[in-house]
Amino acid sequence: MSDPVAMSRPRIGAAGKTGTWRTFRPVVDREACNACGLCAMYCPDGCINEDLEIDLDYCNGCGICAHECPKKAIRMDREDK
Amino acid sequence: MIRMAEIPKEEYLEKCTTACAGCTSSLTLRYVLKAAGPDTVLVVPACCTSILQGTYPNTAFSVPVYNIAFAAAAACASGMSEAFSSIGKKTNVIVYAGDGGTVDIGIQALSGALERGTDFLYICYDNEAYGNTGMQRSGATPMGARTTTTPGGKTDAKKDIDRIVAAHNIPYQATATPAYPKDLFDKVKTALATPGPSFIHVLAPCPPGWRIASDMSVAVGKMAVKTGSWVLWERKYGELSISAPSKGAMKKRAPLREYLSLQGRFKGISESVVNELEQSIEKNLARLAKEEAGEC
Repeated sequence: MSDPVAMSRPRIGAAGKTGTWRTFRPVVDREACNACGLCAMYCPDGCINEDLEIDLDYCNGCGICAHECPKKAIRMDREDK
Repeated sequence: MIRMAEIPKEEYLEKCTTACAGCTSSLTLRYVLKAAGPDTVLVVPACCTSILQGTYPNTAFSVPVYNIAFAAAAACASGMSEAFSSIGKKTNVIVYAGDGGTVDIGIQALSGALERGTDFLYICYDNEAYGNTGMQRSGATPMGARTTTTPGGKTDAKKDIDRIVAAHNIPYQATATPAYPKDLFDKVKTALATPGPSFIHVLAPCPPGWRIASDMSVAVGKMAVKTGSWVLWERKYGELSISAPSKGAMKKRAPLREYLSLQGRFKGISESVVNELEQSIEKNLARLAKEEAGEC
């Protein structure tokens, strides 16, 4: 289908897999987590779903989830090269 | 997931944008679009948001976006809003512009659209400098902040765009920050439900520009409110009400130093500039308290 004007269409990962930018990976301690959902609420990229699973293909490792977690249940571990 | 109950689950920003790690502008946009829903058109002048959509022929935004020149966003929205209403459509027209595109370059188009009574919502996400081009000073940069064009700290005060907009006597005006997403969500909902022009000024802490760690951007936003540097309020048909998080901050304010010391851009700020900032906060809070009490 050709467009009359240059038009972009929505696609997941429109800017590539931004998870590759990450230097620190969020690791969730499920024992400590009380499923309050603050991490998902504050994730700038919406990478945390309803079951509070983190999409590591697109998480760029900002660490807001770990900083805002009231139970300190998210740890940021350095990525291996 | 109790806290998210009132806010829709749908995401209108696809994973993932090219926003920097810890970007509060994309966090803001997530909640703006959740409040606005799918029947929305975004008008975006030159700013970070025109970049973070991704590369042609793909976009990370699942609502229509019209990218336009810096000075023209509000004028374009005026035309769009008229066109939608003439064919009987109730589509939300939202301008999503940075502080440079609002307080400096876009101000005449904004003023014109407000004066014409265009039915639209103008959101200014304010990271207090031209972030997209490398953190040059803007009219919204606060006094004392180091940017690439004010390496010794800005010597002039932040332009008070809220009072300029208030002078147009528009039906709905508010301030927000994504550190309080529910407050932001509610204000966008109210703005879109109010006919005529509305304006929301959002403080968006910027990790690379403000020289803060990427995990601190939400914490810095909360600190801005707690110190009174950023006051959350809304004004409906001229009636001002101060929002709950700022009510608390007005009773007992956190020391301004705590907010400034979190940010590398205020490193080495002089005592006299801190005092000036402190005084301007006190004046601003006193004026808002008076207005809320109906004394002025």
